[in-house]
Amino acid sequence: MTVSRRTKYGIRAFSLGYLALILVAPVGLIFWRSFEHGWGPFWAAISNHDAVHALKLTLEITVIVVPLNTAFGILCALAIVRHRIPGMGLVNAIVDLPMALSPVVVGLALYLLYARDGWFGSWLFGHGIHILFALPAMLLATAFVSLPFVVREVVPVLREIGIEQEEAAATLGSSAFTTFRRITLPALRWAVAYGVVLTTARSLGEFGAVSIVSGGIAGRTQTLTQYVQASYENFSLTGAYAASVELAVLAIATLLAMTMLKPRQGGHDGNRGA
Amino acid sequence: MPRARRRALGAPTLSSGLALGYLSVIVLIPLAALVVKGAHGGWHHFWQVAWNPESSAALELTLGLAGAVVAINAVTGTALAWTLVRDDFPGKRFVNTLIDLPFALPTIVAGLTLLALYGPTGGVGIDVAYTRWGVLMALLFVTLPFVVRTVQPVLIELDREMEEAAASLGAARLTIFRRVVFPHLLPALLSGVALAFARAVGEFGAVILISGNLPFKTEVASLYVFQRINSGDTTGASALAVLLLVISLGVLLTIGALRRWATRHDR
Amino acid sequence: MAIEARNVTKRFGDFVAVDDVSISVESGSLTALLGPSGSGKSTLLRVIAGLEVADAGDVFISGKEATALAPQKRGVGFVFQHYAPFTHMTVWDNVAFGLSIRRRPKSEIHTRVAELLELVQLTGLGGRYPAQLSGGQRQRMALARALAPEPEVLLLDEPFGALDARVRKELREWLLRLHDEMHVTTIFVTHDQEEALELADTIVVMNRGRVEQVAPPRQLYDEPANAFVMSFVGPVNRIGDTWVRPHDVELRLEPNGTTHEAQIERIVRLGFETRVDLVRDDGERMHAQLTRDECEMLELAPGDIVYIKTKRAKSFA
Repeated sequence: MTVSRRTKYGIRAFSLGYLALILVAPVGLIFWRSFEHGWGPFWAAISNHDAVHALKLTLEITVIVVPLNTAFGILCALAIVRHRIPGMGLVNAIVDLPMALSPVVVGLALYLLYARDGWFGSWLFGHGIHILFALPAMLLATAFVSLPFVVREVVPVLREIGIEQEEAAATLGSSAFTTFRRITLPALRWAVAYGVVLTTARSLGEFGAVSIVSGGIAGRTQTLTQYVQASYENFSLTGAYAASVELAVLAIATLLAMTMLKPRQGGHDGNRGA
Repeated sequence: MPRARRRALGAPTLSSGLALGYLSVIVLIPLAALVVKGAHGGWHHFWQVAWNPESSAALELTLGLAGAVVAINAVTGTALAWTLVRDDFPGKRFVNTLIDLPFALPTIVAGLTLLALYGPTGGVGIDVAYTRWGVLMALLFVTLPFVVRTVQPVLIELDREMEEAAASLGAARLTIFRRVVFPHLLPALLSGVALAFARAVGEFGAVILISGNLPFKTEVASLYVFQRINSGDTTGASALAVLLLVISLGVLLTIGALRRWATRHDR
Repeated sequence: MAIEARNVTKRFGDFVAVDDVSISVESGSLTALLGPSGSGKSTLLRVIAGLEVADAGDVFISGKEATALAPQKRGVGFVFQHYAPFTHMTVWDNVAFGLSIRRRPKSEIHTRVAELLELVQLTGLGGRYPAQLSGGQRQRMALARALAPEPEVLLLDEPFGALDARVRKELREWLLRLHDEMHVTTIFVTHDQEEALELADTIVVMNRGRVEQVAPPRQLYDEPANAFVMSFVGPVNRIGDTWVRPHDVELRLEPNGTTHEAQIERIVRLGFETRVDLVRDDGERMHAQLTRDECEMLELAPGDIVYIKTKRAKSFA
């Protein structure tokens, strides 16, 4: 349907204007503010001890959570698509839940479970294992919120591939494991890559759930996102902006990776949005 | 081959078991602990705890803002999708990539950027810090991609020939949009809206700085829960958290139903 | 007997796809499973391959019981209608797959794959990916891949169904030559009776999960066991209780004791043959098939009244 020139320009101005106001200007400003007075202040801000620790902790969490969610994500996808286990619809819903759930609900749930009087907490405390206010709880929280991505990218691709290639491999003598390794997995590689990128972004940016379960002790259990908040609340705007820029740079790197992988993935974006 | 085939190739239940075990530990059991804690003491007690002046105000504010957010997104998201699909201008690919930024950017950073520009130190003449407008803008930021990304693929795949046929039959442009294009977009639009709604209801990181957490004014449900936890009132927190969980589940069910409705013509 | 299926039954929920079917396939033969969609022919093939598990009955391959064996262990080669190529592997790696998982030495694999590629006339395309091949080339690759591990039996599930008419014809001839050279016991599934008649030594006609008739092509055509087989294997006219092939319908200009009267509705010239659409005196429609010359000699025109005599009409109880 060809719209008139005027309408087209009108819609364009409206949508791009909205984008600029809500997205581009604010993010741009942070970069501007951080580098207004040159590299010096920025560099000083991100190289103080707490900031460096926060960055390291965030990366550490991500490096552990992403491979876990990738491996189990692929297994979940296989279970959902290939194996006729009763209650698959329920499993699907559970996998999708972290996408629709508030992070504070996640944090609270974990808090209740692992607190001193919690179902798991009581046993763990008795054995001297500390989950809350330490790395394990932060890992669990981050794993929860970043769980869906690999599964949701892999499931439709698995469905699309269909079962024929695997059947062909079986008739050629390939065992279930060999088939998985040499036929299924390679066919999934772009879907998995895209899912990994999304999972990484989510892990790096996690804030709400981790805030509740970690205690946010600077230099000990404070992630980079928590550092941003703490800096702001302590009136250290430069620190907050600088850490934000760090996170934004990581986000942009993720964005670029997403853009490059999307076409290979067959443009399977519908899942994230629907 | 429309019939479902039972696999004779051996269903490895070990891998399924592992997957389900992981899901249970990470997602299911923590949520169960929450529900049990929230439902502890029975139905009556639950409502007493969940529904006090502050919490009900928080929930009402949250739902109201979420409603406003999805209404705005329905329009702006569709407009953006339209521009990306049917329009062409230099830098379009860049803009397309930009749409995903709210997905990639940490929420706390998102909130901070809005505060920086539209807050007291922004220099643009408006200050939305500690106001509902501020919270609204934060929610608009994080929900920006949802409607765009659900509507976009539908627009791309839309068969131009349908529109051309309508035009050859004499339909005016607005009529074509209303009666030929829009019905196809509606399910995708609603899906995007549902996701945006769920996100807006639960958003925490983006709003925490800009809202100031003023009870009855800018305290949304997620901030209320957080504040309750900090005060040691896990019962109060759990009650409202369970309500939020129910809302999330409701949204997921709606999206599933929408998907089935959307594909009804394909069956 | 290379393959035997005894009393095989397979259900999908309430639907009985294969109903107590027993067939034997001779070693080295080329057998067709022919029937309309839903007749159970693909399901039967898949049961033989081990890709489906029968609810009842047994399968024997080369005399050994194979009913409980996984497809990996049956020594069958399977070719799918949509080729099922390993899309992320080159043509060469696709063909080599069966050998590489059996850990054959590299040099052996190399020789064999090269041989097979030459056999299927894909030499030089080994480095391409399946997406870069045409449909016919992909199917030839699928065949080479299935043959590489030297299966005892080759099963093809509507192998040419997804190809266009010309390519289909080429591949048919080609399969015949391949079979003549390699003498692997081959079963192929098809709904195209022309294909079955052209290629097979023996045809198993199936309908609604049951076997209607097993016979060589000629016998199937000339001596069909029932009305279904007759009408499926070739065009047919029904006159009351008897069935007659269009080319066995003679048209005369004068009545003669045993003839029926009919009026010509349409004359359709299909190259060498001419089809004459007729309406009989009892109101029923039918077709006669004549050669061009026959038609011209009789100087037929639409609207003419002619008299029909039939040969080799069949009636079934």
